[in-house]
Amino acid sequence: MDKARDIGGKKMTKNLTPENIVKTFKDEFKTKIKHSRIEKHSSGAKKYEMIHIWFEIDKNIFKDFVKQLFKLEKYPHLAVASGYEEGKNIKLVYHFSIYFSERGKELSINVTVDLPKSKPEIETITDLIPGALITEQEKQEMLGVKVIGIPKNERVFISHDFPEGMYPWRKDKTNADKMARNLHEVKK
Amino acid sequence: MSSKTTSKTTYQLPIGPIHPALKEPVAFQFEIDGERIVNVDVELGHVHRSVEWAGMRRNPIQILYLAERICGICSYCHPMAFALAVERAAGIDVPERADYLRVIQSELERICSHTLWAGVAAHEIGFDSVLYLTWQIREEALDLTEYLTGNRVTKAITMIGGVRRDVTKDMIPRINKTMDFLKDSFKKLKHAFLDDKTFKLRSQGCGILTKEDALTLCACGPTTRASGVKKDTRLDQPYFAFNDMDFDYITPDILTGEVNGDVYDRIITRLLEVKQSIDLIEQCIDKMPAGDIVSEPKIAKLLSVLKKAEGEGIGRMEAPRGEVFHYVKLDGNEHPYCWKVRAPTYSNILPWIPMLKGEQIADIPIVAASTDPCMSCTNRVAVVERGGNKYQLNKEELHNLSVEKTRRLMK
Repeated sequence: MDKARDIGGKKMTKNLTPENIVKTFKDEFKTKIKHSRIEKHSSGAKKYEMIHIWFEIDKNIFKDFVKQLFKLEKYPHLAVASGYEEGKNIKLVYHFSIYFSERGKELSINVTVDLPKSKPEIETITDLIPGALITEQEKQEMLGVKVIGIPKNERVFISHDFPEGMYPWRKDKTNADKMARNLHEVKK
Repeated sequence: MSSKTTSKTTYQLPIGPIHPALKEPVAFQFEIDGERIVNVDVELGHVHRSVEWAGMRRNPIQILYLAERICGICSYCHPMAFALAVERAAGIDVPERADYLRVIQSELERICSHTLWAGVAAHEIGFDSVLYLTWQIREEALDLTEYLTGNRVTKAITMIGGVRRDVTKDMIPRINKTMDFLKDSFKKLKHAFLDDKTFKLRSQGCGILTKEDALTLCACGPTTRASGVKKDTRLDQPYFAFNDMDFDYITPDILTGEVNGDVYDRIITRLLEVKQSIDLIEQCIDKMPAGDIVSEPKIAKLLSVLKKAEGEGIGRMEAPRGEVFHYVKLDGNEHPYCWKVRAPTYSNILPWIPMLKGEQIADIPIVAASTDPCMSCTNRVAVVERGGNKYQLNKEELHNLSVEKTRRLMK
């Protein structure tokens, strides 16, 4: 953890523009970045523009991508990871933010990672951002993703008597819809 | 205190699922050495109500009312963060006046929430007269909420693309009256909390969260600001009309000149935020432009737009307890394809562990309450000795332990 932060500390280039951030990531990871876009949304009378950057990346570079974030911000903030099933894939969306602590400067960086349903595995980032633990646990139980190297491989929100192999956020046969209709059968 | 080597002296102390601060369940497993806490494990999920699951089977307008029921205190933040996410996913613009009205509601909610918390915190350490004082102040803020929205708690004011009720000219004197009352009471409140010797003895140096821990554990809201991290979504990435307002990050060093990250600092941060919110509401009323309050008043028309919309968006806003985060993906169907809700307490759970380590059992209620957890209240506590000698502490006994400690310090 400290190693990644030290690398970041030395090379810290303060406040790149969103365009430059996308460029640095593309230079670093080339075609492994499948898609990127910068969204601007304005609000208020002064029309302040907030910036949301979206990336879609290959799952093999995910960990390196997060390490790259440490070059921009000493402590990247992870809000949460969202996730959903789409066809044969499970998509996880990690919501980071950088450049906070300065008025109007914060950028949201949302990273989508595609995992095949046949082998839904992703590396843990708790060694870089310890605060990611609960959200990684939640993805395991809700979507059936396997987080490799997670320090606490336990359920967090779902009770311990919930059947194995059922994932409430899935949209295929492994979801929990059947149980919702027959609540009296849950314990059987 | 050493404990691992002398395992005979440590014992396990399960607290919860009904826990010693506020409402709603969470379970703690403490490893105790005499009176000191050596280690903590937190267990969640006792009230997981599958709100996201239910939301993915409803249309966005119905979700507004479902989201409102995620939390009884943040009943404005959740639907509003959801509305922000949908507006961004579907490309809906919000009129300027609505941005200002949204600020008023959000700050009013912060005043209600922070005064509620201040009362609970006072109660936890045995100052029930202060509880009555703060809740009297909160009552006035709730009356204003009812006047503006029609409801005290579940406000139903949010609409995708704006708000549902305007603040007209004839309502302004009533708002000013409450603001004046709040400003007067604020002085009393500040005196009661910050100048009292016993309050300081109980809260200073207790439940410390370092800046490093706050950053790496991704804490948010007053919990992280009290540790000196300047993180406030209203300023970092201004939404609504917050960019037009004159205000700044609140960290405890504004008042005391130093940051300790203890319970006292969290009290300072929240109290100063009450003052800030009063100021923000007044600024809003001064600067509010005329115009529409919602971009599409016809709900059927709005729904037909949302039904065709495709895209994804995030909604972030600073709830009283920290950043609330919603992610929405629309795929051109009636129901959102994905909806993820992240309440601020989700991020403030892990920081409990460094806060509680090394503290006394009697400090559990105030330390747990100091992050303003949106999840729980005590019924019983079971203390289980390792040797097999079992005994139980119920809510009253644990509360009494806390009160006794205060009385000891007062002598």
